[in-house]
Amino acid sequence: MRNELNILIGGEAGQGLVTVGELLSRALIRAGYFVHVTQNYMSRIRGGHNTFAIRAGVNKIFGPVRGIDLLMALNEETAELHSEELNDDGLILMDKDIEGHAGLILVVPFEDLAGDPLFENVVGLGVLSALTGLDQSKPQGCIETIFSKKKKELVEKNLKVLKAAYAWAEEKKIDEYQLVKSRKKPGLMLTGNDGVSLGAMAAGVGFCSFYPMTPSTGISMNLQAQAEEMGIVVEQAEDEIAAVNMALGASYAGARSMTATSGGGFALMGEGVSLAGMTETPIVIVVGQRPGPATGLPTRTEQADINLVLYAGHGEFPRAIFAPADPEQCFFLTHKAFNLAEKSQGPVFILTDQYLADSYRTSSSPDLSVVSHKMVRPGDSWDNPDEYERYAITDDGCSPRLVPTLGPYLVVVDSDEHTPDGHITEDFNVRREMTDKRLRKEKVLKEEIVKPGYFGADKPETLLVCWGSTLGPVLEAADALDSEKTSVLHFSQIWPLNKDHFVNYFSAPRRVVFVESNSSGQFMALIKKEIQLDGAEAILRYDGLPMDAEYILNKLD
Amino acid sequence: MVSIDDFGTFETAWCPGCGNHSILKALKNALVKLKLKPHESIFVSGIGQAAKAPHYFKTNLFNGLHGRALPAATGIKLANPRATVIVQSGDGCTYGEGGNHFLAAIRRNINLTLLVHDNQIYALTKGQAGPTTSQGHKTKAQPKGNPSENFNPVAVAVAMQANFVSRGFAGMMDQLSDLIVQAVQHPGFSLVDILQPCVTFNKINTFSWYKERCYELKDHDPDNWLKAMELSREWEEKIPLGVIFKGNKPSFEEKLPHPTGKPLYYNKPSKEKIQKVVNSYA
Repeated sequence: MRNELNILIGGEAGQGLVTVGELLSRALIRAGYFVHVTQNYMSRIRGGHNTFAIRAGVNKIFGPVRGIDLLMALNEETAELHSEELNDDGLILMDKDIEGHAGLILVVPFEDLAGDPLFENVVGLGVLSALTGLDQSKPQGCIETIFSKKKKELVEKNLKVLKAAYAWAEEKKIDEYQLVKSRKKPGLMLTGNDGVSLGAMAAGVGFCSFYPMTPSTGISMNLQAQAEEMGIVVEQAEDEIAAVNMALGASYAGARSMTATSGGGFALMGEGVSLAGMTETPIVIVVGQRPGPATGLPTRTEQADINLVLYAGHGEFPRAIFAPADPEQCFFLTHKAFNLAEKSQGPVFILTDQYLADSYRTSSSPDLSVVSHKMVRPGDSWDNPDEYERYAITDDGCSPRLVPTLGPYLVVVDSDEHTPDGHITEDFNVRREMTDKRLRKEKVLKEEIVKPGYFGADKPETLLVCWGSTLGPVLEAADALDSEKTSVLHFSQIWPLNKDHFVNYFSAPRRVVFVESNSSGQFMALIKKEIQLDGAEAILRYDGLPMDAEYILNKLD
Repeated sequence: MVSIDDFGTFETAWCPGCGNHSILKALKNALVKLKLKPHESIFVSGIGQAAKAPHYFKTNLFNGLHGRALPAATGIKLANPRATVIVQSGDGCTYGEGGNHFLAAIRRNINLTLLVHDNQIYALTKGQAGPTTSQGHKTKAQPKGNPSENFNPVAVAVAMQANFVSRGFAGMMDQLSDLIVQAVQHPGFSLVDILQPCVTFNKINTFSWYKERCYELKDHDPDNWLKAMELSREWEEKIPLGVIFKGNKPSFEEKLPHPTGKPLYYNKPSKEKIQKVVNSYA
């Protein structure tokens, strides 16, 4: 019996490994385990080599791990590529023996047990579930849930194969990979993208435009699946330029609006970001990072777009950037982003990455009490005797925002410099006044900064600093070190920054190490602009794979 | 009652004698005929001299980016299906910078009206060839003459069977005003390509150049696509004005009914509904 297990399912695209992985993850979560999934796929629909790694255990899991306990190889290439990662007692499951392989192999008669090639992945599910000690009712229930909308006959066939796989595996009497029974209440199975879309729904999103781009497409798909039920308009645009301009139009017309993309698509949105700043139109933009430049490694992960998002758009205007660590933070911060965008009347960003966007985690149920919080919203009436002016000069820079056509007032917004009533001007004094007004809104953003999270003892010898999705692996690395001597500082908001929130954390440690998934330490450079920071080191990863604890520990020497 | 005075008078940035002045007048007349009060419609424009037009009468206005008026208008219309949304910009903005959006808007067929001030030149940037500039037209930027063929927006729109394709002329205000009214009233995507003399930067396609060629279509059946295709290609010798083609394809709104039928502004998140979605992740 084990407290933790790392299962890797590998094969070609199109072999159904994601289906097996998702069903097994869900079954494990329903059995009360903590699960952490890392998906690694090539940019193709058929062929290639893809993996679905499930790390499951009775205690919270923070990130991926390399050593494999159970390797389900749907093709020989998988066995070849990953046999070195097997732990000493790691077991390969595949449909035939490999000559000369020194380790343990369990030959699974996929074809015989499935009867039909279509059901071979259910054999995989059954054998893996049985080996981990899951009661058959768990994967059975998951099959029923997932296939409930399909034909009853199909569900029955799947269950029959599952039963056969269980019977076969149980006969083998292999119990050393079984997980200790969990006593925990089952959590939810959420990806970062799920967290973002649930957060958007909780915030009352009305409009989402997008152009498909890995790894963010899932957000728009989630919203599309709920569009009728929730009254959301989801529109696939002809390109990212259209996507951002549509969302701005919809926001001007009163809808809570968003768009989701990745670095390349976001680069096309740059002028739109500037338009949001100039017209003071609220918008939430999700940027799921992947390795660039240009098309880079389109399905892998990286954290190298801080600078892109921080500086996107010509001219000067305020913005806020959130960088959630996990699906729960994705929910909370996306909900917050909508209110903040409306409050500050401008762009607010959610910076995720492929690793976070795609990886399933056992997550606690999002706090839906936020739904009843008062929403910051524009108005639809104007009782003031003075004529309404969209850009009235105010102390905090935020002018009353009204929705056009809902009342007998005129809402004029302009990408040119404009007078308070929104009309085009080239008056130098107005220009200065309007610039000041727009920049005053920075204070509104600064009042709402999410402070960095600090984990560990007060005066550590080493401080590990991270942002966004690297929190989990960094926490796990810190945990493996002397906990009295290593602490972690994590930023889930990376702009604007308030140095009073973190400067003190940097004074005690002998050693400060930034941990980032990029090659130049972009966040470290940003912090160095805020505070004096001598001798800080950086552990950087930029091979396209997610950060993991082992990588950090190796580099930390 | 809506009167032309409701729309006010403003000082413009246009040259005296510019075709934009009469297009603006025709537009105001059309809004009066449509009985649209200033706050009842939303104008969306891009960048260029034409895109300034909605600054010169009282209306709701989203004056966005160069080339991007159509996507912004699409977002506005989807967010508020009840609003009358009219896009107004020039040929460079609409057919050049925003060419992809022009094609997408025709395909989407959302109930929008697109008014294009087509002066066959980039005027705001002082006279470079635009997408509709004739081949061979000499400019400072194209000193040996424009090597590219001119884009024919009417022919493209007819070829794609856009729901309403028309051409007007700044020099024929009454007809233009009538075309705008019809375009707004027609469901789906409507185009009014408006020939507009630029007195400063286009010395070829002058008022008299247009006057000599333009003729009002009589007895043309705009349902006849083949005939419309033929008419849309008439240019050098004579230029037809009027409704060239009327499509009867279902509008976007008919194909995909709006989820609420109301402005999305009224959307409120429902805890019960979201809880249901959350439960599906168990």
